[in-house]
Amino acid sequence: MSILDIIKDTNITFEQRVLGLARAAENSIDVLEMTDYVKEYREAGIICDLFEGNAPYRPRYILPDYDKFIKGGCEFLNITPPTDIWEATNNLLMFYKHVPSITTMPVYIGNIDYLLEKFVTDENEDECYRAIKLFLKHIDTTITDSFCHANIGPRETKAGMLILKAMRELELPTPNLTLKYSEETTNKLAIESINTALVTAKPSFAKDSMYREDFGGNEYGIVSCYNGLEVSGGAHTLVRVRLGRLAKKATNKSDFMENVLPKVAHEMLGYIDERIRFILEESVFFQVNFLVAEGFIKKEKFTGLFGMVGLAECVNHLMELEGKNGRFGSDDLANELGENIVKTLTKIIKDHKCKYFESEEKKHLLHSQVGIETDAGESPGCRIPIGEEPEIFEHIVQASPFHKYFASGIGDIYSFDETYKKNPQAILDIINGGFNMGLRFFSMYGSDCDVVRVTGYLVKKSEMEKLDQGKVVLRDTTILGKGARDNGRVLDRKLRKK
Amino acid sequence: MRRAKINKIIKFSNVDGPGNRMSIFFQGCNYNCLYCHNPETINMCNSCGTCVGSCPVGALSIVDSKVCWDKKLCVECDRCTNICLIDSSPKTMDYSVEELLKEIKKVSGFIRGITVSGGEATLNYEFITELFKEVKKLGLTTFVDTNGSLDLREDIYSEFIKVTDNFMVDMKVWSEKKHKDLTGVDNLSVKKNIEFLGELGKLYEVRTVVVPEFLDNLETVTEVSKLIGSINSKNQLDERIIYKLIKYRQIGVKKENLEGKLLDLTSPADEIMEKLSKVAKENGVQKVIII
Repeated sequence: MSILDIIKDTNITFEQRVLGLARAAENSIDVLEMTDYVKEYREAGIICDLFEGNAPYRPRYILPDYDKFIKGGCEFLNITPPTDIWEATNNLLMFYKHVPSITTMPVYIGNIDYLLEKFVTDENEDECYRAIKLFLKHIDTTITDSFCHANIGPRETKAGMLILKAMRELELPTPNLTLKYSEETTNKLAIESINTALVTAKPSFAKDSMYREDFGGNEYGIVSCYNGLEVSGGAHTLVRVRLGRLAKKATNKSDFMENVLPKVAHEMLGYIDERIRFILEESVFFQVNFLVAEGFIKKEKFTGLFGMVGLAECVNHLMELEGKNGRFGSDDLANELGENIVKTLTKIIKDHKCKYFESEEKKHLLHSQVGIETDAGESPGCRIPIGEEPEIFEHIVQASPFHKYFASGIGDIYSFDETYKKNPQAILDIINGGFNMGLRFFSMYGSDCDVVRVTGYLVKKSEMEKLDQGKVVLRDTTILGKGARDNGRVLDRKLRKK
Repeated sequence: MRRAKINKIIKFSNVDGPGNRMSIFFQGCNYNCLYCHNPETINMCNSCGTCVGSCPVGALSIVDSKVCWDKKLCVECDRCTNICLIDSSPKTMDYSVEELLKEIKKVSGFIRGITVSGGEATLNYEFITELFKEVKKLGLTTFVDTNGSLDLREDIYSEFIKVTDNFMVDMKVWSEKKHKDLTGVDNLSVKKNIEFLGELGKLYEVRTVVVPEFLDNLETVTEVSKLIGSINSKNQLDERIIYKLIKYRQIGVKKENLEGKLLDLTSPADEIMEKLSKVAKENGVQKVIII
């Protein structure tokens, strides 16, 4: 898109226009070293850096230590620690405006229930409810991108319950929300969360014990769509491979497994490292940003994300090359091949050492990427193509072996009909069963909601309709959502009935 | 080894008791309700073969003068059950307790219990007693959905009741005459069973289908809720008995009934349901659910 096109676009807000212009400026230079292979595969859309830009000048995902901020304030912003709910919410809102990301807006805003809990008492609950509702409304209106993600739990808190209640009332897509779910989580909090998700498509459930183990017991957060990352850190970059397209390069299954796949993985890791090199060595982010200087984030807690999309299409193509007609999602052999592909990638990533990481132990993380709006004919991550989903039970059994490989994000979305509103415990039974079987993340929404989950982020159906009519809408994710609806049929997801 | 005819298994059901449950629908019913929404569960297949030719995918055949169904070929178009002359289905499955238990074990991590329904499940009470004994070993709860027609106070049912955690009983209509018109049977046992199970603390739910202009819904709801209210006050249990008020819906009802006795009947409006719910609450039912 030319600069003038951006200036003249009638479908975007002022803010989206400014961001578009910044992106165009960044992309007017070429400063990254790339092998011919990476250049060719980027051109072909097989390796894709998700529009991160040609000269990355900040990490893609940043998870500041908000707990430190609430307790100690911030010198650079001249903010002192809060003494009540109004100061606490206001301080956070000020801070959020200074947390960059790939979208320029924060993708992680903290475990907001724990951050606010100490200001909520039995006596001031009504006042706190008002403050929290305004806080959430403020976020939705000013962080106009639903990759912004908040976490709650695992413990039940008064603040957490007020947050859920406010979200049910507001029915807004931003912020996205995940409940960290563990043995500490009360049944009341879990059921309240499900009741909220059936109204406004959030929270998702994250299996806390699995993430804790993957992050060596360190604090983690669920950010953006569903990426698990370390608090005080984040991810410099996310580069992904489109496996469906990649499979077409192979002459047969063994050519894919032995040559095509390892080659693309090594090349991609090199490209991820190059993007990290630029951020660390040429951009000045880690030298000058106050988040680093005051210790809200630490360089050594950042990693790189190796994303993959279109496993189903890849497997189906390889099966065809083998003269077999089993399909990913319903055929044991196809599912096994899918898992072998993921295993192969896991090993290559584990064996790779990024020279820009100080610790030998630090590795890039595998991410089951949910896809973007232009991905026609490529299913998100390891998901079964929409429309081919089996019964929910078979679906969970099929999906569960994949979750252990993806510390930094994988998940399926289940749509439930309205009868579940009368029996939310039934959904909790399904979630518990799924987590026991190996799932790490579970998203759901009610089929009759206005707010729906597209691939990981949330949009309002009513806003997409506005966009259909050529009107300007506030959130950039609505534009992405419309693309995913039109190209990815995301609203035709199998409905779970009794 | 005891065997039973099963019409259908729903692995995950959210409307047959608390939480997520596996629902098992037995074939065969001793009622013949005008508004039955799954009439294909009423009678046992007599292998007359009428349905075989109706199958568009060749999933039905006659082997040794019995109608056989190939589940893998079936596309669930329901032509066979629609054409059936005796309110039955060629698609039933024959299970032993062991075979059924194998199906249950597959999903046991996802459910909190089993609900048997029908048809009329209690007609298979011996089979179910054996099944439930095994199901309990898996740590799952056992629920029975029944029309309440068998007198469960009789000795022969004592073991069946012992292994059943809770019952859900249909009270279709309070007036005996009307009950006979609707189902073909009187409702004396139903009333006795509600009292009996209620006193045992094994009555989870009573259900009434509301059919405006056809049944005296107000009388039924008033009398049933008084009965539940009196059990609630006697028992003083934490878990209160649910009264579920179900809207009549045309879906699944036999065509000849929709064109005959049930002509022009539509689903009750929300206001009617709310009014009945209010009546039930006034009579001491704490938990009323409208579906």
